[in-house]
Amino acid sequence: MTARKAEPEALTMATPTAVAEDTEKGERSLKGLYVITFFLGIGIWTLSAVLSRNALIPTPIDVVASFAELIANGTLWGHTVTSLSRVTTGFLLGVALAIPAGFLMGWYWLARGLLEPWIQFFRTIPPLALIPLVIVILGIGETAKIFVIFLAAFLSCVLATFQGVRNVDITLINAARVLGAKDFTIFTRVVIPASTPFIFVGMRVALGASWATLVASELIAAPTGLGRMMQQAAQFLQTDRIVVGIIMIGALGFIMDRLLLLAERRLTRWQETR
Amino acid sequence: MPLISIKNVTKIYNTERGRTVSLDNVSLDVEQGEFITLVGPSGCGKSTMLNLVGGLLMPTSGQVLVNDEPVKGPGPDRGVIFQQYALFPWLTAQENVEFGLRLQKVPKKERAERAMHYLSLVGLQDFANALPKELSGGMKQRAAIARAYAVHPSVLLMDEPFGALDALTRVQMQDDLLETWEKEKRTVVFITHDVDEAVYLASRVVVMSPRPGRISEIIDVPLAYPRGEEIRLSPEFAEIRARVWRGVHHHE
Repeated sequence: MTARKAEPEALTMATPTAVAEDTEKGERSLKGLYVITFFLGIGIWTLSAVLSRNALIPTPIDVVASFAELIANGTLWGHTVTSLSRVTTGFLLGVALAIPAGFLMGWYWLARGLLEPWIQFFRTIPPLALIPLVIVILGIGETAKIFVIFLAAFLSCVLATFQGVRNVDITLINAARVLGAKDFTIFTRVVIPASTPFIFVGMRVALGASWATLVASELIAAPTGLGRMMQQAAQFLQTDRIVVGIIMIGALGFIMDRLLLLAERRLTRWQETR
Repeated sequence: MPLISIKNVTKIYNTERGRTVSLDNVSLDVEQGEFITLVGPSGCGKSTMLNLVGGLLMPTSGQVLVNDEPVKGPGPDRGVIFQQYALFPWLTAQENVEFGLRLQKVPKKERAERAMHYLSLVGLQDFANALPKELSGGMKQRAAIARAYAVHPSVLLMDEPFGALDALTRVQMQDDLLETWEKEKRTVVFITHDVDEAVYLASRVVVMSPRPGRISEIIDVPLAYPRGEEIRLSPEFAEIRARVWRGVHHHE
């Protein structure tokens, strides 16, 4: 019997070497395609902006110029920091509450019976639909915005965590029990690690939901923030500035998602990949 | 005094489709150091019997005694080895073996030494730092055997441990298990539906029949350990094998 030793970083860890090499080749040619499609996209954008003869459709050059201007006058930085801190606060609060709530629901029937109906109900309501009510009650300050983001993050993460706990292999729990583990140990040493992959899925969905909610909440009433910046630009028909906002939101969301993915890969490296 | 004593045990499952009598008034004594195999078709209650001794199930009526104490739940005095290996996938082989020792608050240094001892016993000393996904099926099951051995149980309960392995690996694993067992004797109760495996490993084969689950026959295997190919191919082996075969298939 020989062990199939694979590189720890490779995605195809359980597969024999020959297959792994094939996949690597595939990834290399994909990277080339990524570069090609990037320039292709920019090209199509430029072409359609120029051909449309519509001054309101900005070319990539307009956007880059606008980007440079916003950096030079220092406003972009301020808007970005505000938005980023709103998303991060709401997201972290939501996830911090969702993980214990999901664990409770998965482990105790009492918690499940009391919490699940509410979560299932609120889950079907887009958090944006709550904004009018939240504004009336919490005002238009930071609390209101962070609350809506928090809610969006919480609702998308709590069910994933709950599913993770429900899906823990009963044989692993039995294996711990026969080695002498009691409930608390089973929970901390088996249930938590076993549901980590599910929690990460929930966190990534929660992050997407947080960004989606942020922009909407800033469009309504905010002194600063990327959403506010775009709203303001719209009033002056500065479409190039709007596109800068869109790209910033996309890029920040993408970077945060990649960071989560990186953490997930590190923490769930033990998973069998098929 | 027998190490394991199963006394008039009945186990009934109440399911949506009605009552299933999994074990019907079964009694069995297992002596210290015996290697018992339970063989029979599916539905004969052999897994139920193992789980009752393991404390993962409670009898509907009757009593299960281990070391003269009624079984109240699972405990480290009875190690269980599952068909699905049940290694914790986020722990390395060594960390898996140390899991039970950690629960017993064994100091770190001794924990590592004991883990390495049992990993070497099953031939996995070079794979201490490997994750379960990096091990083959047979290696995973060896790691699980080392994990069960490490907490020094008086009984090892094995639930079709080689059922998911290919035929060649399986024969190898049987030889390795006997070798390990002879180095560190434990009382073993081993479930299988493979007649060859049942006879090759056991000092006594318990043949069970289904619906309701009962012990239909107990066959002694008076073949000396250590066993090897010459035993596997001997006429004595063939004769006992034939008796067990008839016992198992007579009831189907």
